[in-house]
Amino acid sequence: MELICPAGTPAAFREAVDAGADAVYCGFNDETNARNFPGLNFSREELRNSIAYARQKGVQTLVALNTFMRAGSEALWYQRAADAVALGVDALIVADFGLMAHVAETYPEQRLHASVQASASNVEAIRFLVTAFGVKRVVLPRTLTIPDIARIARKIDCEIEVFVFGGLCVMAEGRCSLSSYATGKSPNMNGVCSPATHVRYRQDGGELVSELGDYTINRFPPGEAAGYPTLCKGRFEVGDSHGYAFEDPVSLDIMDHIDALREAGVSALKVEGRQRGKAYVAEVVSTLRRSLTAQGAERQALLSKLRHLSEGQKTTSGAYEKRWR
Amino acid sequence: MKIPPMVSAPLHFVPIPLIERVTRIVFSKVLSEHPDLFARLGTYREKRFAFRPTDLPVAFVVDPSRPSLSVLRKSDDAKADCTVEAKIVHLLSLLEGRCDADALFFAREITVTGDMEAMLALRNALDDSLIDLPTELGKLAGPFASLVSKAAAGVRGRVLPQEQHRWN
Repeated sequence: MELICPAGTPAAFREAVDAGADAVYCGFNDETNARNFPGLNFSREELRNSIAYARQKGVQTLVALNTFMRAGSEALWYQRAADAVALGVDALIVADFGLMAHVAETYPEQRLHASVQASASNVEAIRFLVTAFGVKRVVLPRTLTIPDIARIARKIDCEIEVFVFGGLCVMAEGRCSLSSYATGKSPNMNGVCSPATHVRYRQDGGELVSELGDYTINRFPPGEAAGYPTLCKGRFEVGDSHGYAFEDPVSLDIMDHIDALREAGVSALKVEGRQRGKAYVAEVVSTLRRSLTAQGAERQALLSKLRHLSEGQKTTSGAYEKRWR
Repeated sequence: MKIPPMVSAPLHFVPIPLIERVTRIVFSKVLSEHPDLFARLGTYREKRFAFRPTDLPVAFVVDPSRPSLSVLRKSDDAKADCTVEAKIVHLLSLLEGRCDADALFFAREITVTGDMEAMLALRNALDDSLIDLPTELGKLAGPFASLVSKAAAGVRGRVLPQEQHRWN
């Protein structure tokens, strides 16, 4: 199985390549990708140099154009598709059906992957993308169990890529409106979940308080590991209970299940984290590369070292082996 | 690693202009070696960034638009758009991109207040910059360059946890 690794800057890209990635995914520095954060991502020239570096080492470059086009502004997404194709990227990762159609019609030779943002989570949806746009690989949402993935894999004619490590989005990706509800901006349309413009942190006594727009997302007591200020991992008061209604501040780690994923028909393992630093990318990619060939206790020992880098300093297998509350 | 009080306490008595002079020499050297350091800031170049080491009695303010660096006592008003507080070792690690800012935040080793978007832009700019402080310090030492670089790298190797300097 291939190891697909994130890069938010050229420095992180080189670290991912050197650490053992089979492919690196990245985006342009604008709203055409779902990690549109300030100071992050690639200019056309940076992407050209990064692709050349990767190619020297036999590593592929995948470019995410995985936000949804704004009506009337399609030209930006079309231009970025043209840029990426001209630079010779190995695949485009796309969510918007309109953009998929444009790429399939304009650049029929360009390999196309369905982004997790396309929210293709059943056989019919994936078959449609394969038939209509020639999609060669689908990135599945983090809402399916491993048996679900195996059932889908038997009935589709394209490769499957799944997230195995990093930030855990527990929603129907591409359709989640929680960030929009709180801030007016979403990963789907603007490339930002819980945009930094709306995030505030303050100390209240010993507590760290995180706020998103007009909402208090969490209060972390002294000594408790912190998490991102996202509504899906906020602490809520529901009836008489007080706690995490959707998900705890926690990251995904299913590297201990890679044998089951291989048997289920998965072709590629994806690491989340384009917004993370190059130190994170280097450590995570090199550790996961080693864990792919390690067995049992050795693999677990390797993976346990990554927990301190994770949100809330905890990891979970998420829906892959979901036990509903 | 936290700077021991016996090392940081004397800084209470060192005149600010002297500390400022030394840090500005290093700051200028870093900028001359990395002229594109602030390119990724875009419009956030106009913001002022404060760095407050929790284990030192002084704070640093960087204004990328000029560009300039100021030093002040912790009790003075930094007049910054955003502020990051952490041990000096962690701040220097972030400057070099040797540790991940999100991981430090999860561990409660760092606190950030003010304009998050500006601070995020600076974090990403620094992370892409390939600054190596021992190398920069060595370049300031003339004929003693090799000696100074090796000594600084040795200190860094001792104060940073093993996993944070292993990757490069």
